[in-house]
Amino acid sequence: MADVNRGNRPLSPHLSIYRPQLTSITSILTRITGNALLLGALLVVWWLLAAATSAEYFALADSILTCWVGDLILTGSVWALWYHTLAGIRHLIWEEAVGLDIPTATKLGWAVVIGSVILTIATVLIMQGL
Amino acid sequence: MRYLTDYKRAKGMGSAKSGVHHFWAMKVSSMALLVLVPLFVFTFGPMIGKPYAQVQAYFSHPFPAIVTALTLIVGFKHFKDGVQVLIEDYVHGYAQKFWIIAMTCLSYAAAATGVFAVAKLALQ
Repeated sequence: MADVNRGNRPLSPHLSIYRPQLTSITSILTRITGNALLLGALLVVWWLLAAATSAEYFALADSILTCWVGDLILTGSVWALWYHTLAGIRHLIWEEAVGLDIPTATKLGWAVVIGSVILTIATVLIMQGL
Repeated sequence: MRYLTDYKRAKGMGSAKSGVHHFWAMKVSSMALLVLVPLFVFTFGPMIGKPYAQVQAYFSHPFPAIVTALTLIVGFKHFKDGVQVLIEDYVHGYAQKFWIIAMTCLSYAAAATGVFAVAKLALQ
């Protein structure tokens, strides 16, 4: 590819040029939530391993998952899980070539954002009752 | 190279011819997780912070044990495929290969550890 002219072609617009929009922010958040869920998932695996090992080890893991840092990570993970799930449904809809026009895409974006917050609050309230 | 026409240089370069498999794998695991994630949140979630004996008794039941194990298997498979695209987008060269291998190993190791733990709790 040595003969490809890289000198005077126009550059494609980059992230810094675009005004942040609901569609782009919700897309980026899908990637961030999906990958950040690794932390919560590893904590769950660790908690299960501790429960399968001994009462002392379980007490340690359980105390870390229920301290304020653990609470923060788990509540954040619940939001990330609901957000990523709703954003995933949006992707499954888009893959059928439905809802790709900008007004519908914007509505779906708000549905994902607002829906994830409502589901997180509902989950936290239900968990406190159980 | 200058004796090659533009068409000749472009021919065959268009597609990796294997992308559909990755897309389909993500679609299958995402559909499965659509069912598993709500089940997991409300069967596994309530056990955090519960007494040890109650946790042991709970996971000896088939439903919570199977939902937890299945969510970890499918979830980490979905994560492995998803994080691969993240790495491919932002990391290049040898570092890209290193991180894809490392995250693949981590995903399988975490899934295996979780399934072992659930199995031990369920069957002891």
